[in-house]
Parts: sequence; structure tokens; C-alpha cells
Amino acid sequence: MAMVMDGEVQLPAPREVVWAKLNDAEVLKACIPGCESLEKLSETEFQAVAVVKIGPVKAKFKGKVRLSDLDPPNGYRISGEGDGGVAGFAKGGATVALTPKDGTQLSYHVDAQIGGKLAQLGQRLVNGAAKNMADQFFKNFVAAVS
Amino acid sequence: MSATGIGATVRRKEDQRFITGKGHYTADVNRAGQTHACFVRSPHAHARIKGIDATAASKMPGVVAVLTGADLAVDKLGNLICGWMIHSKDGSAMKMAPHPALAQTKACHVGDPVAVVIAETLAQAKDAAEKVQVDYEVLPAVADPAQAQSAGAAQIHEVAPKNTIYQWQLGDKGKTDAAFQSAAHVTKLDIVNNRLVPNAIEPRAAIGEYDSGTGHFTLWNTTQNPHVARLVIAAFIGMAPEHKLRVIAPDVGGGFGSKIFIYPEEVVALWASKRVGRPVKWVAERVESFLSDAHGRDHVTHAEMAFDRDGKVVGLRARTIANLGAYMSTFSSSVPTYLYATLLSGQYNIPNIYCEVDAVYTNTVPVDAYRGAGRPEATFVVERLVEVAARELSIDPAELRKRNFIHQFPHQTPVILAYDAGDYNASLKKALELADYKGFAKRKRESARDGKLRGIGLSAYIEACGLAPSQAAGSLGAGVGLWESAEVRVNPTGSVEVLTGSHSHGQGHETTFAQLVSERLGIAIDNVSIVHGDTDIVQFGMGTYGSRSGAVGMSAIVKALDKVEAKAKKVASHLLEAAEGDIVFKDGKFTVAGTDRSVPWGDVALNAYTAHKFSGQELEPGLKETSFYDPTNFTFPAGCHVCEVEIDPDTGETEIVNWTAVDDFGVLVNPMIVEGQVHGGITQGVGQALLERAIYDKDGQLVTGSFMDYCMPRAHDVPSFKVGVTVTKCPSNPLGIKGCGEAGAIAAPAAVINAITDAIGSEQIAMPATPQAVWTAIQRGNATRKAAE
Repeated sequence: MAMVMDGEVQLPAPREVVWAKLNDAEVLKACIPGCESLEKLSETEFQAVAVVKIGPVKAKFKGKVRLSDLDPPNGYRISGEGDGGVAGFAKGGATVALTPKDGTQLSYHVDAQIGGKLAQLGQRLVNGAAKNMADQFFKNFVAAVS
Repeated sequence: MSATGIGATVRRKEDQRFITGKGHYTADVNRAGQTHACFVRSPHAHARIKGIDATAASKMPGVVAVLTGADLAVDKLGNLICGWMIHSKDGSAMKMAPHPALAQTKACHVGDPVAVVIAETLAQAKDAAEKVQVDYEVLPAVADPAQAQSAGAAQIHEVAPKNTIYQWQLGDKGKTDAAFQSAAHVTKLDIVNNRLVPNAIEPRAAIGEYDSGTGHFTLWNTTQNPHVARLVIAAFIGMAPEHKLRVIAPDVGGGFGSKIFIYPEEVVALWASKRVGRPVKWVAERVESFLSDAHGRDHVTHAEMAFDRDGKVVGLRARTIANLGAYMSTFSSSVPTYLYATLLSGQYNIPNIYCEVDAVYTNTVPVDAYRGAGRPEATFVVERLVEVAARELSIDPAELRKRNFIHQFPHQTPVILAYDAGDYNASLKKALELADYKGFAKRKRESARDGKLRGIGLSAYIEACGLAPSQAAGSLGAGVGLWESAEVRVNPTGSVEVLTGSHSHGQGHETTFAQLVSERLGIAIDNVSIVHGDTDIVQFGMGTYGSRSGAVGMSAIVKALDKVEAKAKKVASHLLEAAEGDIVFKDGKFTVAGTDRSVPWGDVALNAYTAHKFSGQELEPGLKETSFYDPTNFTFPAGCHVCEVEIDPDTGETEIVNWTAVDDFGVLVNPMIVEGQVHGGITQGVGQALLERAIYDKDGQLVTGSFMDYCMPRAHDVPSFKVGVTVTKCPSNPLGIKGCGEAGAIAAPAAVINAITDAIGSEQIAMPATPQAVWTAIQRGNATRKAAE
């Protein structure tokens, strides 16, 4: 099933700082809820492990994360595929755009596909859970850039 | 009628154990040394399996084995099969694709099992299943039957180009088209018969056990037909010859058709038990039920009904696409063909009928028989067409039905069936009286005063049950005979065991079958036991589905009782020193006609075994008889249901305020049990009409995979039913029984939708008619009216 989410966040830091943090594996790892490891494979590729809980489904997702459409410091697309074993799978990405305005305004557009048990059990919960995760991520990220 | 005989409201004997928690289900069976199975299922609707890495899983604690489709291939196990051959219009055979119990080259639906982990505990099996790495190459998928044959659709099986399993037809196309050409009025409808998940309370389960000493297999299984399961697993899967395979179906908690079929999981449990040398147990979780039980319905239909100037139906034609899912399940091919198109005459004298059915593969779980199986789909087509036509022709819907009812029996329809008995006017008349049809206009005005929309809808359904005369079934493609067998075993103390091939999974056979024996032999009902569900104990059987256990299963018992009585009379003639022809058996006593000399049943039973009064040369000792009964025709239960709804136009919420059901089931064995069947059937039908729909998204993901998203009917969704009966005896079986198990589910959806469309004044509503769908239809109707003004 398909999932789409849009949002905007106000960040108290200049765009260059935000851009640098968005490309810093350590920062991303600390900010992504449930992220257990994020290894840099190249400048634009990471190997990620994250534990995700949506409703009754809790699973460890493993997968590759890629950065593309790099346009420093205006934005990029971050995308990936995660395999959660019997919990199912998720694939998709987010387009991130940075605008200098009272610090930096970050807007994102997420599009994702999920399947397996996540889709069967979680479909009503996925959007809410994804929003929560995004909120949690940006709460952490605001702290990281402040 | 005796207090416990045919027609008596006897409390169900089996309920004592069910309501006190003493039922014994497959999940309650535990075998020494048993292991537990957890299946690894595809999260993708369609994916090539490039490899399976079980290394990490095999090293997990408690893991006994991890088995895949490759292991299955090594052991040369056969595929699961569909046992009913359907030929296309062009004469070609249906395109049955291979269905291995574990996917071997690709997974074809979400939930398709690709591997199984066997471990010491269930928790260990589940943990290890998480570690099985399956390398999938995801392929495009198709889930919508209406899209399956289109040029760009994903191809699922090589044997079936354009995913088409067969293109079948029934009836005379030329004559039907001609009837339409000269018709005064034609009513047309596009219908989607929504896909349903059966959802028996007890999920499927299996325990396989292999005895290496004797080479015997035993399978405990939630099946409606243990002998059929044994036959298929022996003859087609090739697991073991029939005499070395025992199938036991203990208490089974509901089936509704979904437990007729032979599924991958029980085959794997049996096979794995030999592989690991220990019993293997599997019990489905509810999510697995959603993903692996055969679903029901899923038809897309265009149907038309033609009328002459007098409102007489002159023709019906329908074109249906039936979704059979990713593989052909055990009887799936027969459901949208011989169980569907043959019922398109309904209760009406329709001279010309033509139906085309394309069955298609999709990347969804297989679809097969579900309570009513084809007949609810047919009834929905016919009864919606009649109702809509009545509105278009401005004829009262009851009157239009009456005008077209069949009055003379037997009646040969143009679609194979020969109806043997019925009185459709009688059930309609009684239903309209009970429902106070005349008072509806007043009630509608009262509802309008409260700001509510009120509607009334009829459904005059018919079904063909008691499946089926074996010769007829065979000529239509069935791979099995559809008789039933019974053994009546009289003990020396006079008590009786009946071994029946029917299987009870909620129907109450332990009571109703005992009522028959109690009445016939004049013994207390508590002195009768009904034994079923074990291939090593019961001689043979074809199981329970298609409302057949009363009409066919009990008829077999009657035949065996006839033989018991004949033998008992011989014993009695020796005891009474009278000629056998002079012995009369009545009220549990054998009497010499015209005298007061008699012996009671118990003495005859005892003497049959002591054999002191006759020589073994003239009469064999013992009192035990077996019979096989093959029906001579289908049975034709029919009736009329009236649904009355009240709709809140602001929320679109539908409340069913009145329900009247008048059914003709022939002779009733136990009116209380029959009424229970009617209540349950209607409630399932209301579920289909208002609440239930299995939804696959365009990628083939089942997004209604739990009770959070798949809405089952509850007590508050239905009113207190008004239930009545009319009786025309079924002429084709000795008890005059027609069967009642599916009627409610067959009648109800059309009655509900006819009532809702009456209330909102629009025919554009699909099932389930959720508040959102009803509200949207009302808004659409308002907008259309405004535009017209």
C-alpha cells in the first residue's frame, strides 16, 4: 500500500549547518527513532538497521539508504528499501528542500510503499506512526542543529 | 411425533461440552514429542524466489529443521489440485497451474508459504522464521479480476495466457439474444459481488504424525470432510496410500466452506513429520487465516433481464468474471459455473437464459466455496434485476415476482436444473403478511417525519442443495461421487452408534441425527451416539457442505435403519416363533400382527448377539448395517426474505429495523436448530451487504488483514428476526428434507441492497453499503436531481 506525507519544520540554524548535519551519518543515526546502526558505505550510501514498531507489529528493518539529487545546500532525495522479515517490507523516500528563512525552513515530501504484515495490520496506523516518527526525528534534529 | 423425534425442538446434545469448555479441537491435541511449525510467507504478491538462505535460522535455539519447496521437490510430492473439471466454450480444458505446498520458483500471493521452520517450541519456530532470508525478485502483480485479462496485466502462470482459467458458457445464446431483441423492456445492472473472508471462529490447524514402525501417517485436521482430505492427500499429493493415512477431524469450530479444501499447511505438517521423525503441529494465527484461508465470492458481473409488455420475463443474460485467486483451490472451478449459472432462473419461469463466465487468476489468496457458494451470487443477480425492473416498470416488486413465479412442478429450467417441488406464492404471501408489507407506506411516512429514509426490499431466493446425484455431478466435471454413507451399529444392550460420513462443525448432527434414530427405533435419544470425523472409525464419507447433511447424510442413515429393521425382524421372528412376514415393528416393540405377543427392542438387540435362539446357518449373528445413499436429484430450498431499513441521510448509517424470513426447507428435523441456521445465515449475508470486504490494493497487498479493518457483523447489526416456514416436502429423499444451512446467506444480501436502494432512490450502491457509501450515494442522487431541476 502507498503512503504519502508532507511537512515543514522550522530549524534554528543557518542553511549550511543544516545541510552538513543532514549529510552526517552520526547525526542521522542519533535522530532516526529506533536506529541501531547507520554505516557509511560511500558518500551517498548507508547501510541501516532500525527497529520500528507500528501497532502490533515490531520489527528490525535492514536496508540500504541512498542520497540522490544532491543540490547543496538546497536539498536532496533520501530513499531506501527496508526488509523487516516476516513483518514485511518498506520502500520509498523523502524529498527534502531547505529554504533560508528565520534560520532554515525544511520541507519534506515522503512517498513510500509498504507490504506484508505491516500492510495487513498496520494500514490504519501507518500514517499516524510515520507522522510520529517524523516528529520524533525532527525534534531530535532540532536539538542536533541548535 | 415423539418428544425427541423428527420435528421436535430438542436441545442440542453437543452444547453441554461446548458451553462448558469441554470441546476437543485440533489445537487441543498434543502428541508426545511434538514439534511446532511456523510458516515463512511471502510479503509480496508476486515475486520470483531467487534463493532461500536458512543458515542463520537453522542455528537458532530449538530449531529442528527448516524446509523449503526444494525439499518438497526432492521428495517428489504432488501438487494440490482442483477436483472439478470445467471446459471452455472452445472445448479446451481449464488451465490448472501447478500448486506446490511450498512455493518453489515464485510466490503468487501475499501469504504464499515459501518455507517452514520446525522447532521445539512455537516461540522458537517464530523467532527462527524471522531469520530465514528469502531473496525475492519482485514482479508486477494484478489483484483486480476485472483487470486480470487486460493486455498489460502481469502474467501469473505460464499455462494460463491472459490469466484466463476458462471461458465457460451455459444456455442458448442465440435464443436468448433473440428474446432480448423482441423485448418490450430490458433492465441492465453492473454488479460487483464483494470478496469475503470466511472467518470461522476456530482457525485452521493440523498435526501430522508419522509412525516409522508401521509406515502409517495420522493427520489431525480442521476439515469438513476427512475422507476427501485422505483421498486427495493419498492419490494426488502421494504422501501415503489411503490405507496408511488416517485423518481425524475432532470438534471443528465452524467452516462455512473454508474447511472443505485441502491446504498446503496440513500437507506440509504431515510431510515434515516424516522428515523430522516427530509429530509436527501448526495452528493458524488470525492473520494467517486472512492470508491463507480460501476467500469467497469476488465476481464482476454485467446482467440483463428482458420483459414483454405484460411484465413477463422473456430472457436473462449475464457475463461474469470470477476471481479464483493465485491457484485453483479444491472445488473452486465449480463455484462460479455449476453452482452459479444453474441458479439464474431463480423462482421464475424464464424461457431463455445465457451466461458466460471467465475465471481468472490474480495475485490473491485462492477463492473457493463460502456459505452458499455461487448461489448467493446468482440470487443477487436475479433478485436485484427483478427489483430494479419493478421500479423501472412501476410495478409493485411483489406483484412482478408473483407474475413470473413457477407454479407447475417438476419444472425444467433452461440451465440444467429440474425443480421438483415448491410453492413460491405461499412463502411470498406469508412473508408479506409477517412483514406487514401493506403497512410499509405508513411506516415510511413516520420515518420521514423523523428525518429518516425508510426502504423495503424483497429477496425470493432459491438454491440447489443436497449435493448431488453422483452421475449428474460426474457428467458436469466432478472428480468425486457425492453420495453419503452411514453405519448403524446396534449394541447388545440396545443402544446405538451411528457412524456417519457427514461432519458436524456447528450444525448439531449429534442431536438431529439422533432424533431420527430415536423416532425410528423408539429408543431414548440419550441411547444414541453419533460418531464422525475419523477415517479409521467411520467407513466412508463425503463430508458436510452444500446443505447436504440432512438431505443426503440422514437419508443414508434411513437406508441403514431400513436394513437394521429388516434384520431385527428376522431375530424377532425366532424369539416370537412367528413368521418373519407377520412381525410388525412399532414404538420400539416387535409384535406378531393381530396378537398381543411382542418383544421389546432391547431383547431383540441382545438376542441378535447372544444368538441362542437361532442357528448361525439360518441367520448371521449381530445387528449392524451399512449403506451408501446417492441422491436422485438436487434439493431446492426456497423462500422469501423481507428486509426493512431506516437510513439517516446525514450520516449514511443504515439500521435494519425489520427482517422477515419465510423459508421452505421441506420437513424440519429440529425447528430450533433450523431457526439458528437461518439467524446465522442472514447475519453472514448482512455482513456481506453492509460491512465486509476483503480489499487488495493494486500491488496485491491485503489491506484488510485483521479485524481492525475487516468488519464482521455483530449482534447489534441485526434486528430480532421474524422467522416463518412453509413446507413442501422434498420428493427426492425419504425424509422430505431440503436443507437449510446456507439459505440465509443466499437470501440476505439482495434483500438488504433492495431495501437500501428503495430508501435512497438510487441503484448506484455497491456492497458493502457502509455509511460512507450510502451517504455518497445520497449526495450523488441529490446532485443529479438538482442538476435536472
